[in-house]
Amino acid sequence: MSKKYDAGVKEYRDTYWTPEYVPLDTDLLACFKCTGQEGVPREEVAAAVAAESSTGTWSTVWSELLTDLEFYKGRCYRIEDVPGDKESFYAFIAYPLDLFEEGSITNVLTSLVGNVFGFKALRHLRLEDIRFPMAFIKTCGGPPNGIVVERDRLNKYGRPLLGCTIKPKLGLSGKNYGRVVYECLRGGLDLTKDDENINSQPFQRWRERFEFVAEAVKLAQQETGEVKGHYLNCTATTPEEMYERAEFAKELDMPIIMHDYITGGFTANTGLANWCRKNGMLLHIHRAMHAVIDRHPKHGIHFRVLAKCLRLSGGDQLHTGTVVGKLEGDRQTTLGYIDNLRESFVPEDRTRGNFFDQDWGSMPGVFAVASGGIHVWHMPALLAIFGDDSCLQFGGGTHGHPWGSAAGAAANRVALEACVKARNAGREIEKESRDILMEAAKQSPELAIALETWKEIKFEFDTVDKLDVQ
Amino acid sequence: MPFQSTVGDYQTVATLETFGFLPPMSQEEIYDQIAYIIAQGWSPVIEHVHPTGSMQSYWSYWKLPFFGEKDLNVVVNELEACHRAYPDHHVRMVGYDAYTQSQGTAFVVFQGR
Repeated sequence: MSKKYDAGVKEYRDTYWTPEYVPLDTDLLACFKCTGQEGVPREEVAAAVAAESSTGTWSTVWSELLTDLEFYKGRCYRIEDVPGDKESFYAFIAYPLDLFEEGSITNVLTSLVGNVFGFKALRHLRLEDIRFPMAFIKTCGGPPNGIVVERDRLNKYGRPLLGCTIKPKLGLSGKNYGRVVYECLRGGLDLTKDDENINSQPFQRWRERFEFVAEAVKLAQQETGEVKGHYLNCTATTPEEMYERAEFAKELDMPIIMHDYITGGFTANTGLANWCRKNGMLLHIHRAMHAVIDRHPKHGIHFRVLAKCLRLSGGDQLHTGTVVGKLEGDRQTTLGYIDNLRESFVPEDRTRGNFFDQDWGSMPGVFAVASGGIHVWHMPALLAIFGDDSCLQFGGGTHGHPWGSAAGAAANRVALEACVKARNAGREIEKESRDILMEAAKQSPELAIALETWKEIKFEFDTVDKLDVQ
Repeated sequence: MPFQSTVGDYQTVATLETFGFLPPMSQEEIYDQIAYIIAQGWSPVIEHVHPTGSMQSYWSYWKLPFFGEKDLNVVVNELEACHRAYPDHHVRMVGYDAYTQSQGTAFVVFQGR
């Protein structure tokens, strides 16, 4: 039956609030935390979010009668209270699969977190979680290699990977920079990292850095007999330059490159991930700019969404915060999204901030990277929180060692292995952390000095963004 | 005034990946690690190689993976038998995780020379 065109402004809820709707397995589901302007009913706010993030616009238009909007529209199917918060509520919205281009995270985000975030009837809006349907996941490339392949390529088993960022992060010449890489790797680290700010500045052009770093990596590998790598940052001004850098890293026979997926953008990231898959290159992902988007408890996008998006767009390692270091992140929430990076199925669990069951099917896993203000004393807690499928990165905690970066690296490696050994032997590593580290330090002067150097450093600030629980 | 320095000279060491930075383990400590492999439900595997080939992806198997082996002593006896047969080889203990299709862990028990 065709409908008649009736010009004017209708209430959103007449069309987009459908509490009787049962979501389909192929629907993309989203949970938004909404804070409306005073006096606007919840159902109207929620329906407006559904409309503005899918097919709707503020006025009825004649051309919508040329299609079947019932088939394409997003629907708000549930509203829930936010525990301990009277002014906000959760809106659950179902989007039909055909609203999105296959494999395009860019397209999903343009719809879900586009214009709607500036909508005047809302004071705040936060995208808390997305349930990606299997039908969409199967159209995404995902991690170019994944955890299993990365372990095989790097020959690292039964423990987290150990890395560090080269410091100072800006201002070193290519040759001096390569020296610091060499010191870290010969001291026992598996991987070193370009700081995210390092692209190709006047003090150190990228080609210069790549060549000296490659020499450092190969030399350290030869001398230690272990597989080593350095994340060569390929984030660049244009996609063309990004690929040029990636090609050169491959020419130098380097195992891993790096990209900043939020500042670089999802389109660039997906492209680079595809290149990595085709060229047998591992891909490390940094997340600069994330805290601008994810830190406010009522506005923006929760990091669990950005983490899920990265797993689909592609990356073999992703920064996740440390829980214990200098950067924001509470333990349960972090566990919730690192599950979504690594597991093949993650059940709904509000105590971990996961609003939906998420089935990842055969999508490979992503290493969780813990980096930022961590040192040897944190090692037992880091191992307990992040487990083996992680990469622990100590920047200041390596270069700040009184004997230099090589000794700092060795201290971290001894501490890590002592903790793994103790865990495997059935000891409670968090409770017994002091004993485990002090025992290990008896055999390692490097560790003994590191423990002395950082004994007083703590970062005990309360988290700004907490889970909504009472 | 006599020369004094608090800075040590860190010398690069050749190591064999996991646990390479710890002192050699006692027999009891090795048992604990093998018990961990078995408790995880992984299959114990023994591999060996001449030190010149330590960076190869494939070391030689000692016999076959010990699928379904739950007895710690059996694994320990096999490790020692492998070491006796190849006294100059590195011998490592591996735990195969069939679920992830990866090695749950791998560490060298006897270092060859």
